[in-house]
Amino acid sequence: MKYAFYTGCVAKGAGRELYSSSVAVAKRLGIELHELTNVSCCGAGVISEKDPLLSDTLNARTFAIAEELNLDIMNICGTCQGVMMKAQKNIDNDAKRKEKINEALKDGGHQYKGSVKIKHLLHILIEDFGLDKLKTFVKKPLKGLKVAPFYGCYLLRPSVYSNFSSSDRTTALEDLIIALGGEPVQYDGRSKCCGFPIVMMNKESSLTMSGISLKEAKEKNADCLVTPCPLCHLNLDSYQPEIDKIVQTKLNLPILHLPQLIGIALGIDSKELGLNKHIVSTGKIF
Amino acid sequence: MAMVIFSIKRFNPEKDSSPCYKDYELNVPEGATVLDCLNLIKWTQDGTLTHRMSCRSAICGSCAVKVNGHPKLACKTQAVDEIINGRMKIEPLGNAKVLKDLVVDLEPFFSKFQKVKPWLVTDEPAGDKERRQSTEDFHRIDAASTCIMCASCCSDCNSWASNESFLGPAALAKAQRFVDDSRDKVALERVINLSRANGIWDCTHCGECVERCPTEVKPMDRIISLRTTALKMGILNNNGARHVKGFVDSIRSSGRLNENVIPIKSMGIFNIPGLLSLIPVGIRMFLRGKNPPIIHKHIDDMDDVKRIFKRLKK
Repeated sequence: MKYAFYTGCVAKGAGRELYSSSVAVAKRLGIELHELTNVSCCGAGVISEKDPLLSDTLNARTFAIAEELNLDIMNICGTCQGVMMKAQKNIDNDAKRKEKINEALKDGGHQYKGSVKIKHLLHILIEDFGLDKLKTFVKKPLKGLKVAPFYGCYLLRPSVYSNFSSSDRTTALEDLIIALGGEPVQYDGRSKCCGFPIVMMNKESSLTMSGISLKEAKEKNADCLVTPCPLCHLNLDSYQPEIDKIVQTKLNLPILHLPQLIGIALGIDSKELGLNKHIVSTGKIF
Repeated sequence: MAMVIFSIKRFNPEKDSSPCYKDYELNVPEGATVLDCLNLIKWTQDGTLTHRMSCRSAICGSCAVKVNGHPKLACKTQAVDEIINGRMKIEPLGNAKVLKDLVVDLEPFFSKFQKVKPWLVTDEPAGDKERRQSTEDFHRIDAASTCIMCASCCSDCNSWASNESFLGPAALAKAQRFVDDSRDKVALERVINLSRANGIWDCTHCGECVERCPTEVKPMDRIISLRTTALKMGILNNNGARHVKGFVDSIRSSGRLNENVIPIKSMGIFNIPGLLSLIPVGIRMFLRGKNPPIIHKHIDDMDDVKRIFKRLKK
């Protein structure tokens, strides 16, 4: 198993523990990664607001580079995944757009054909690797650990850009938590928005969104929360002290990146997983 | 026929201190919609159950309720598709005050529309018959025109849930319908108003409205379109527009997002309170070693990305 590894910006910036934990988990599971170092940001749904064609072209360049390697793309960021899926649909459903984009890619020696598949680590583990196989790697089952799954919007909606057959009814994260020996917390917040996209525009509203879900998870006795999106992680973890004030509760709820939770169950060293790099201490869960 | 337990959220504010769920067992006839089932329950089991309905043809937008957690037009939804383990959960729309059972107060929903002036503003005289549009011009407002005002989009809107002052997906989609109307003469004024607090830049991109809309409005796409228009019109003195500009500049110069710089650019360098608000989280992240690297490196083969920017600018 080998993938073109798209790190995204956050895993190389404010969330480097996502990068290190992803690499460590892939290595342990025997998933080979070819890290793409010459690809641009996906645009995070922001560049497309200024110029949709530019955004799609930058993503098409990434797709073309993966196709040249004859590899499918592995994302570790839910937002990158959603944005790329939308770009791919935009291009694949519009032959003229595809031609225009390939014309723009020509000078760089690239051409997007349309064969590449775009997958998040979560999809890869469920569909390509398989949870039964994953179970055989578990060394420290998350016994008794109540984990609140937090999907992040971009993996789910709009569902036409999602890899899940049913965005509303998917249980991918819950299934994964169970496979690792943990107990998924059932709560409405699982598919809600963290508010990160507007934290610079309306901080109060943004952090209230996080607060609503965090408080609900806490009330359902979650020991920690896991998310496949590092942008959700930024709001839920880095801003948790401010969120505490908004919801008037000391939440103290550790927020894990998806590969960190897996890494704990696989027995990977906590430092390699970057569990010390969080604002809310993860000490009580490993 | 299938025997299904409908778990319906009941609440009569005049009598009940809090809402509760009541179960009704119903033999669901073949081909029945969720609305058919609600009617059967009301007519044959419990006449006190209250729900809205009118056209039964997915046109009037009256019968939107939450089915298994998310809004649907009851008259457009086949019951058989919504049965989960022999059960179906029916609740009133979210982000709205319940008047009784499945009936919510839509006054706040409609009041948002008034704020976006949902009518044509022009001083040009009308023609003999009507103000005509080209097919191309009509297509720019076609999607938003299909709104049936059912409030499904607002029910699940995350920004509305955290901020009741947010204009919301339905009113903003309606605003796009007039901003992009070739016959309207006040687009600039409209977009200036929409760019203020609680407007287009307060949408969090959660996609719920696109998912829940029973027609083709796709409100989030309409909001994105309004943002693009605002940027083109040069309405840049707000955090949202500054964020987009800073983001694009960062990718143009290094291929990736410079997380050290983007918050400052989004706030605006003269926005002292905004900049000060970044300090606590900045220090917190720095102390945990979460600050992005001080030296921001560009991606390999940056020349190719720059070439794409230049080429598309032409």
